Amino acid sequence: MTERIPALRLENIVKTFPGVRALNGVSFEVMPGEVHALLGENGAGKSTLMKVLGGVHQPDEGRIYVEESPAVMTNPLEAKSQGVVFIHQELSLAEEMTAAENIYLGELPRKSFGRVDWPRLRADAGAILDRLNCGFGPDQIVGELSIAKQQMVEIARALTVDAKAVIFDEPTASLTDAEKEVLFDVIRDLRTQGVGIVYISHRMEEIFRISDRISVLRDGTYRGTLITEETDEEAVTKLMIGRSLDLSRHVPEGALGGVALEVQGLSCGHLFEDVSFKVHAGEVVGFYGLVGAGRTEIAETLFGLRSPSAGQILLNGEPVRIHSPVDAISHGISLVPESRKEQGLVLGMNCRDNMTLPQVDDLTAGPFVSEGAEIAVFDQYRDRLQIKTPSWRQQVKNLSGGNQQKIVIGKWLSMRPDVLIVDEPTRGVDVGSKSEIHNLIRELAGQGYAVIVISSEMPEVLHVSDRVVAMYHGRITRTFTAAEVNEDNLVQAISGLGGGQVA
Amino acid sequence: MADTATNPVSLKRAGNFLARQGILVAFVIFMVGFALANDRFLDMDNVLGVIRSSTILGVMALGVTFVVISGNLDLSVGSMMSFATIVVLDLHDKIGPELAIPLMFVMTMSLGALIGFLVGYLKLNSLIVTLGMLSAIHGLTLTYSGGKNIDIADKEGTWFSILGQGSALGIPIPILIFLGLAALLSILLTKMPFGRKVYAVGGNGTAATFSGIRRARTVFCCYLISSFCVATAGLIQASRSMGSQNTVGQGMELEVLAAIILGGASLMGGSGTVFKTVIGVLILGFIQNGLLLIGLEFYVQYIVTWIIIILAVWLDIAAKRGRLWSPIA
Amino acid sequence: MENINLRKFLKRGAIWGFIVLELIFFTVAGHFLSLSEVSFLDPENMLLLLKQSAPIGIIALGMTIVMINGNIDLSVGATFALAGVVMLDSMSWAVFAGLGDWVIPVAWMIALATGAFLGLINGMIVWKTGVDAFIVTLGAMLGFRGLVFMFNGEQPTFHLNWTMVDIAESSFFGLELPAIVLLLCTLVLWLVMNRTVHGRNAYAVGDNREAAVNAGIKVGPHMVWNFVLIGFLAALSAVVFYSASGSVNPNDGMLYELWVITAVVLGGTKLTGGSGSIINTLGGVIAIQILRKGLGHIGADTETVNLVIGTILIAVLFLDRQLNRRGQEELKV
Repeated sequence: MTERIPALRLENIVKTFPGVRALNGVSFEVMPGEVHALLGENGAGKSTLMKVLGGVHQPDEGRIYVEESPAVMTNPLEAKSQGVVFIHQELSLAEEMTAAENIYLGELPRKSFGRVDWPRLRADAGAILDRLNCGFGPDQIVGELSIAKQQMVEIARALTVDAKAVIFDEPTASLTDAEKEVLFDVIRDLRTQGVGIVYISHRMEEIFRISDRISVLRDGTYRGTLITEETDEEAVTKLMIGRSLDLSRHVPEGALGGVALEVQGLSCGHLFEDVSFKVHAGEVVGFYGLVGAGRTEIAETLFGLRSPSAGQILLNGEPVRIHSPVDAISHGISLVPESRKEQGLVLGMNCRDNMTLPQVDDLTAGPFVSEGAEIAVFDQYRDRLQIKTPSWRQQVKNLSGGNQQKIVIGKWLSMRPDVLIVDEPTRGVDVGSKSEIHNLIRELAGQGYAVIVISSEMPEVLHVSDRVVAMYHGRITRTFTAAEVNEDNLVQAISGLGGGQVA
Repeated sequence: MADTATNPVSLKRAGNFLARQGILVAFVIFMVGFALANDRFLDMDNVLGVIRSSTILGVMALGVTFVVISGNLDLSVGSMMSFATIVVLDLHDKIGPELAIPLMFVMTMSLGALIGFLVGYLKLNSLIVTLGMLSAIHGLTLTYSGGKNIDIADKEGTWFSILGQGSALGIPIPILIFLGLAALLSILLTKMPFGRKVYAVGGNGTAATFSGIRRARTVFCCYLISSFCVATAGLIQASRSMGSQNTVGQGMELEVLAAIILGGASLMGGSGTVFKTVIGVLILGFIQNGLLLIGLEFYVQYIVTWIIIILAVWLDIAAKRGRLWSPIA
Repeated sequence: MENINLRKFLKRGAIWGFIVLELIFFTVAGHFLSLSEVSFLDPENMLLLLKQSAPIGIIALGMTIVMINGNIDLSVGATFALAGVVMLDSMSWAVFAGLGDWVIPVAWMIALATGAFLGLINGMIVWKTGVDAFIVTLGAMLGFRGLVFMFNGEQPTFHLNWTMVDIAESSFFGLELPAIVLLLCTLVLWLVMNRTVHGRNAYAVGDNREAAVNAGIKVGPHMVWNFVLIGFLAALSAVVFYSASGSVNPNDGMLYELWVITAVVLGGTKLTGGSGSIINTLGGVIAIQILRKGLGHIGADTETVNLVIGTILIAVLFLDRQLNRRGQEELKV
């Protein structure tokens, strides 16, 4: 292995933006036939590095080599023509078109008069799809495929050129377990074919399964490379976070209040079925499961955004019907939604207006909105949550991810709910804000709120929860107390392995 | 790279200022230019005349502003205006103006309610719905009138003409209606909870729903406001002309949108104000008038409007993206 | 799977099914209601119908491509009028005085070039400024109309040339020239959209513009070509129409854009781009024309046509949404 030359090598890349040194002398290489994982927190510089590699940004200093010959990238296309291909987290496909057309998008084979050479297109695309062993033909309409199979089309696209290095950016973000296995098989195939693979992810268990080496970025700086077989999660985490994030297990203390929320046999089509659980006042219940297990959908149903097909919801012992968010709010339920930018904020509005949006009808003087009352609410929660913004007039799109998330949390805290549901509380949030948000959640429970935390990050769930509900395929497989739960039994419970239902 | 050569901060600031207030700046330049070119331009009579002739377009644009801020379009206002005009003229002779006016408002606003129901509650695409309604309402008007022109028989014996032709305190009544309505709607939009909801729904409808805002109801109300304004415009039109053809409002839907865009509202929703729309309407009116006064043919205004609309929107987005030319390859 | 295929078939064939229903309805209703002895399905009536569909239809084909591309063109009515004015006006230009009847092809060429050039202007503005096509062409609708008035003010523009009228009214195999042009355009554009790289790229650009950019499709020039094409087709429509009539009113073509879009949407093309079909647009155009003629045939007021078309447009939109609903599991936003 040592004699061979790297498929792709980055040398001392520096990139600064006004006020920020996004990349500070990053070096990185991937050998042919190697899976090299690239790890880092959000904001560590992974995406900037990829943009430099894809030619979206030009590096201020440093060089890129493809098979040791210097390469200058000015756009993703040029990168591709030099054998460096990206598989992005967000798929970039024309859904109404066939797989073959998508694979050769932008370079459809031509005959005279600009006609498409269909037979050649089908044959070439078919050959690549066969090579990936993906079970559909070149004439398949892409929009009718599952996400995982659409990803296969993207990968097939990478194989139309003589790919030296393929870069996977969070490829499993929206895959089921079975689909993940298929993807891993494809990655292993590519590896045996001598392609160098860069695998970007923050999911530790995947990285340990699939990679040969792990490189870590932190704050735009290269922190070192570890050989996967010779290291463990702790060592990697330490490199990644630098100072250790307090993710110690939460130990419940003090007495709980009464049952604030009870759900009995709740179902919503096939999204989730026969779900029952209780949340007490002063308690944090964590919901853990894979993407698509039905956690977010339960939250949306509780908040009136989906109609349940069966079951009932009780608040403080009283059955209630919730048809809309308006109902939910009037019953004292708040939801901090999963996607901040799409569901949480009106990005073009200022901080204050975003925060007071659900209660704008109440913050009035006569028929008019009372600016004073609004500013009072904003100031109160800005101070309490330590939101950093020059003024309430700032548009939220100009705030950092962490501060945006705090605006959303503030928006719902200011409604003084009985039940607070927080879906992915720290997604896309920097480390500092992360622990602040964790502390806040614990603090809220201490003040008697009933809190539901939905998260895809196991350490987070274990850190904040008094009890953990594990979900698999739309059903609750097990409910753990903080004392019972550990990483092993939780992983079992969310992969459908862990025995029968235990209440 | 080029923008770092000169002083980038002040350039950017100037750019931002132009983007935010560009339309006002353009308006002032126009007014000064025309005033220098022709000394009759700023005469009170002329100014009032221009505003007065802009009122029908203006009143309609006020309502459509709500629809546009909520992230939708309304292409039906032209047909709806002719419907309102024809109906009120016809009813005037049948049941008298006192009953004709409220009845016409009810009829016109039920059309607005229908659109609001289709777009708000059934969530159908507003462009196609209002395109369909443009055609359907035109058909309705023709069916109602039997394709004939409608005239008020006794033009002298009614107070009806006051609304379009009278004046109070030396100011024509249509102008008073226009400015009064503009002030009211501006307060509704900027000072009351409903206005905040309109911006939220247009800025990010999903986030608005997740914040407990009744999106469908908000959109519904925007169309109701739009149809109220259209009915008012129809009333002014009817009172001014005292008789009308079925084609009276045709083509105005796109002129209304032009005025709103000129004022700086984005068709994506979430931005725009009543004040800016008024400026947009006045710019259209004064350009038309100024060009005629300096002796240019009437059609020059169309060409000038074309250029101004594109320049206005272009500069706006150029300032937002920080570069003049689009980055599309 | 069967269900999906059936649904797909329903969606693709819907407009033709609708046309058949219309034909049956008007034939049967006409049998009882019509004063005329001639059946609605009379071949001559059908041919006339096709001919009358041509002016809107030719433009609608171009609009289909622009809309598949994810854009829209509101200036087609003004382009239509301007090309017509230029054509008739140029025939009396002194430069061409010695050409005799050869002035006819020259005038046609000038008109077509005018249309293509107007499309080029729109396309270049959309490309270079990044302003939304809706706004660019809304402005152009006013601007081009202003140019129309430059020729003869508010007076109509005449030029009667009997040779030209003869050509315009000639017919082959029983089809009159406008119908032939419409069918030929449909065939050519269908081939373009389904068989050529440009056509497939048009779908890709409308479907997922970012993907198209990433795949190296030159999206800007690609869109410009389509605007040139729709400008050309609007002019072609004008050539066909005004060669026969010999007179342009400066307000001609107003609201054409809305009729054209109505036909294209009835044919199933989505406003959001990425899907649509040339053949179904032809269906949409014919369906509207049948409705117009049919209502006249059964003695309904012609005024009701607008009402019916508007209602049908909204009903189609509603049905389309119902077909695509996911039922109970849907998120209420």
